Amino acid sequence: MSINRRQFLRRAGMLTALGFGGAVAFTGFRKKEVAEAAEYSLKQKAVLATRWAMVVDMSKFKTEDDFNRVTEACHRLHNVPDFKNTKDEIKWIWKDDYHHSFAGGHNQYLDEHIVHSPFMVLCNHCENPPCVKACPTQATFKRRDGIVAMDFHRCIGCRFCMAACPFGARSFNFKDPRPFINEVSPEYPTRTAGVVEKCNFCYERLAKGEQPACVEKSNGGLIFGDLDNPNSEVRKIVSTKFTIRRKPELGTQPCVYYLVGGDDHA
Amino acid sequence: MLEKALTGSKKYWAWICLLLAVIAVGFYAYLNQFNNGLGVTGMSRDVSWGLYIAQFTFLVGVAASAVMLVLPYYLHDFKKFGKMVILGEFLAIPAVIMCMLFIVVDLGQPMRIMNVILYPSPRSVMFYDMCVLIGYLCINLVVGWTTLGAERKGTPPPAWVKPIIYLSIPWAVSIHTVTAFLYAGLPGHHLWLSAIMAARFLASAFAAGPAILILLCLIVRQVSKFNPDPEGGAIQSLVKIVRYAMIANVFFFVLELFTAFYSNIPEYSASLRYIFFGLDGHSNLVPFMWTAVFLAFAGILLLVFPQTRKNGKILPFALLAIIIANWIDKGMILIVAGFVPNSFERVVEYTPTLNEILVTLGVYGIGLLLITVLYKVAISVREEKDS
Repeated sequence: MSINRRQFLRRAGMLTALGFGGAVAFTGFRKKEVAEAAEYSLKQKAVLATRWAMVVDMSKFKTEDDFNRVTEACHRLHNVPDFKNTKDEIKWIWKDDYHHSFAGGHNQYLDEHIVHSPFMVLCNHCENPPCVKACPTQATFKRRDGIVAMDFHRCIGCRFCMAACPFGARSFNFKDPRPFINEVSPEYPTRTAGVVEKCNFCYERLAKGEQPACVEKSNGGLIFGDLDNPNSEVRKIVSTKFTIRRKPELGTQPCVYYLVGGDDHA
Repeated sequence: MLEKALTGSKKYWAWICLLLAVIAVGFYAYLNQFNNGLGVTGMSRDVSWGLYIAQFTFLVGVAASAVMLVLPYYLHDFKKFGKMVILGEFLAIPAVIMCMLFIVVDLGQPMRIMNVILYPSPRSVMFYDMCVLIGYLCINLVVGWTTLGAERKGTPPPAWVKPIIYLSIPWAVSIHTVTAFLYAGLPGHHLWLSAIMAARFLASAFAAGPAILILLCLIVRQVSKFNPDPEGGAIQSLVKIVRYAMIANVFFFVLELFTAFYSNIPEYSASLRYIFFGLDGHSNLVPFMWTAVFLAFAGILLLVFPQTRKNGKILPFALLAIIIANWIDKGMILIVAGFVPNSFERVVEYTPTLNEILVTLGVYGIGLLLITVLYKVAISVREEKDS
């Protein structure tokens, strides 16, 4: 049996329409399920806030291990690859010395020991994030709880956010990161080559009611909480103790505060 | 009219084949980058933009420079530019296309480029840059094609194209202003964070762009019967534009130097110290910067004195000096040095890799091919009419 051109086109058209319809029906169901599931976890366990912030209590970071423990916990959890070179390097939380972390403005007579004393640096989750403004696809966005987050599937890898960030907090996947992950953690997705990434204040853990991984491993060196809550520990420290922030003069309002020279806090 | 690009001399085809070969090599290099990621370039966590974005910046200027012909011809009725205007427009089209290609080759995820349109972000300067570049490409395609088509038929261009021509004038200024805003609005890069950035961009564009155009006109004169400057004087008028624009460009740059060095704020001058003298023992860009300084002043001097400016043998070299000075400034130094020192005041240098250079040459090859084809069409129409 043979069909003519018109019949063929009509049948092909019908089949196509059916295919589209089916796809819509399926994704429709799936979306509903996901939404329900998300709401469930939100109600049950999540810790909520309107302005997440972190205080780094430098008095608690004494040994090399105090720093490494924190970095390792974060990088292992988030599948941060280890390229073993600085060119392609990806880092979410790491240590750098005072002199470079707080670039500019320190006095020239400062003791060598202080100049080179290490500090923990990470994304500042700014209140006015220049990276969010720069992103041409809204792949980087600010959540209602203040966390500056990323959608790795939307990022086109233009690196405008990296140029915009004055803190050097962002890394780009110059190579496929997967072969360079020692042990894949099932808790967080791995990334593909060609997208930017950075610290996310562990929103995936907050949603489960847990503290960020770095905070958990810091033995009290990192204090995490809601800056908008007057009773939170971070708010009390920030209000009553002397804290410094990186490049506050740029007006981005960094939400990572450094408590220097004080070991007892609220 | 495109069929006119399909017939030509042996030399014409040899040139086309050469360009195709360059493009093929560039494409192969790009495939390598596409498969292995931007790790094959010299870019790093610290210098996250390099040769590609620098070429983009330089070429936006070349594209914008068509306005230096359109404005005198259409607004001031400067008849001498009559034969040259089309060459300006046909230079702008390949320049914009090259700009777009340099953005695409710089992307980590080029297959997702439509996300810029799917999720328009009016707070991002990149969004506006996309809008003005696409707009400028369309304007020049429509204007160039209709005016040349009308000329071929021996009729005046249709009336509806006039408003589009006038629109192209502010639009040309806008593409380079928005491109400057990409950099000038970012906190933390003091080399870029300057109000005069857009003005500097326009000045350097109106120097380098017309200089390239004059060289192209001189080549057109050599290889065809079509003379873009039949009455004489058009090229010399353009030379004067190049000269004043270049003087303005150098002046604006000196303003930057004054503010940075006299204020004595270390962050403001760090990048400039890096490009002129080197910083913390790193000085990759120093020889290039001084070459640019020398060429800029040599070019200006040669264009100031009538004896050298009107000397047909010296003029091309003077223009070449201006073009190279601008290319070093914008196509090499400005973007890279903006990242030096980095956010931690450390000096991490950038050197492009061979793969990156081949991709860059490939894009330039595509641009030259487009220029060749478009110029061939324009020249053939003119030759046809003259004979």
